[in-house]
Amino acid sequence: MKQLARRRSLAALALCSPLILLIVCLKIYPTFYAVFLSMLDRKMNNFVGFDNFAFMISRPSFQLVIFQSVLFAVTAVILKAFLGFVLAHLMHNIRGRNERVWRGLLLVPWVIPLSLSTLTWWWLFDPSYSAFNWTLNMLGFEDIAFLGTVWNARLSVIAVNVWFGAPFFMIMYLAALKSVPEQLYEAASIDGATAVQRLFFITIPMMRNIILITVLYSLIVTFADFDIVRILTNGGPQDGTHLFATYAFVVGIQSGNIPRGATVSLFMFPILATLAFFVLRDVMKRNKEMA
Amino acid sequence: MANVSIRKVVKAYEGDVQAVKGIDLEIIDHEFVVLVGPSGCGKSTTLRMIAGLEEITAGEIWIGGDVVNDVPPRDRDIAMVFQNYALYPHMSVFDNMAFGLKLRKFPKEEIKRRVDEAATMLDIQMLLDRKPKALSGGQRQRVAMGRAVVRNPKVFLFDEPLSNLDAKLRVQMRTEIKKLHQLVPTTTVYVTHDQIEAMTLADRVVVMNHGVIEQVGAPQELYHHPATRFVAGFIGSPAMNFLPCQVIDDGGLKVQLADGTKMAIPAARVDRYGPYKGKKMTLGIRPEHMTETHDSEKPGVQIMNAKVDVVEPMGMETLVHHFVDGVAVCSRIDPNVQTGPGEILPLAIDMNNMHLIEDATNRVV
Repeated sequence: MKQLARRRSLAALALCSPLILLIVCLKIYPTFYAVFLSMLDRKMNNFVGFDNFAFMISRPSFQLVIFQSVLFAVTAVILKAFLGFVLAHLMHNIRGRNERVWRGLLLVPWVIPLSLSTLTWWWLFDPSYSAFNWTLNMLGFEDIAFLGTVWNARLSVIAVNVWFGAPFFMIMYLAALKSVPEQLYEAASIDGATAVQRLFFITIPMMRNIILITVLYSLIVTFADFDIVRILTNGGPQDGTHLFATYAFVVGIQSGNIPRGATVSLFMFPILATLAFFVLRDVMKRNKEMA
Repeated sequence: MANVSIRKVVKAYEGDVQAVKGIDLEIIDHEFVVLVGPSGCGKSTTLRMIAGLEEITAGEIWIGGDVVNDVPPRDRDIAMVFQNYALYPHMSVFDNMAFGLKLRKFPKEEIKRRVDEAATMLDIQMLLDRKPKALSGGQRQRVAMGRAVVRNPKVFLFDEPLSNLDAKLRVQMRTEIKKLHQLVPTTTVYVTHDQIEAMTLADRVVVMNHGVIEQVGAPQELYHHPATRFVAGFIGSPAMNFLPCQVIDDGGLKVQLADGTKMAIPAARVDRYGPYKGKKMTLGIRPEHMTETHDSEKPGVQIMNAKVDVVEPMGMETLVHHFVDGVAVCSRIDPNVQTGPGEILPLAIDMNNMHLIEDATNRVV
């Protein structure tokens, strides 16, 4: 019996090994290599410890990148989660014959390759020939320089990210909503709950784990976002939209300072890892209690 | 606490499918009424309409003197126990029970007092801090009942609350529900498909079939005086035996089975059955009234020889299956009577407890 169990787990290990190898090569090794790189000097000859980190933090231009990244990620994730939640509720409660069609259409932004759809947005935002400004002019409004001023560009970048990411939240929340037993709502309405109270006392607590996991996942992915800014603004105007990833690219690849680039890209890692640890621990605990 | 009155209530779904076809029912204050019937008979729909979880297509439902047709569930002052308990999995037992009171903004001390009182009554004080997942089926059912009790509502509604429990626990919880109603005599409407549950719990049983009420009455009344063929067959386990027959006058009123067997109708019933002479009828006789021949001397008892097909010893009684005139029939005999498959067993049929059903109307006459 023991032998059989050992043979089975060996077989399992053998079958998983290609994936494990892939993860080791493409994830774990580069991560450690990046940590190693971030502790070297520009010529990559001497070990300098955390000097690169200390230097980066002291520079106002990088402080701006930190501010922009946090603004971008936090705002975008909150908006995506909220929009996804609202859309999921609409999909769940307004049931028609075309429900599947609508669901499919709402997923479109998420399925189109991001760089392609961002190019479309770039064209839509164009100051002279864009559909947005044309419409505004038709209605008698002035042109808006969507990508021309710092704050407009920041908001535009966030808007595109929300447009792209909200469907993911919608589909996750829709699945979560569908798994809440109808009888809980019935019991709650008999207990005296209004629609709003049912939302706060039943729906949200029942979806809490999914909400936490999607927000965490999306936060990590959004902090690492590269495509939108790279294509839409390339970090401008006046470096006003740079995120960690695009700034790391500029510093590390374009300016040739690989260790500083690695430092930039690793900046959020400890914070996000700690957040992930606590969120996942809480999710596991609640899973054990509830399901 | 309140009366519940259901007047000409209809529930129709899309495509004109009527789940409930215009029923009338008066439930008086403190009464324990059980709606019983097979799946799809409309009993759960009726309960859900009382709760406000289903809209009423036509008719009126009154609770405590008010029409509640358009009143949302939360304002009907009712409490409901669901088949799968419907406890909030993310709340502790205490919070589950206190939820309704918190929403109604009861003071904290009052909530605690009521929950503690209900928990003591249901013997779940030691579970108050646990989450529903950590409870057994029976404990969950008690919490669901506790959640209903703390609110002290006008009406309790139970939707097949014991269906998810194993047989032993079901009997135990049945007693507890009865005890609970004796302690807190709130008007109760209870839905079940289990006729034994219905008989044991109810002050009055409402038998439903195909969206209509077949009969309303006290358990004993339904058992001894069923109004229709459906009730006669549904109430009682094993079910009543039905034999096609005719009423004939052959020097005294008799029932004649298709194979020519004649059985005299007791004198007390001659006037009642006289008018049905010559009509197609069904003889209904319960298994306990077809038994071994120890009291065959009683007036109105007929002897019949049965060729035993299957014997089922139940302990306190033995069920014997055999055929009469090609129809499968069940008899209930003393467990001490020795018999086996293929043997001939003389059975005494107590015609004093016979039922006669008119085939044309399916009514017991």
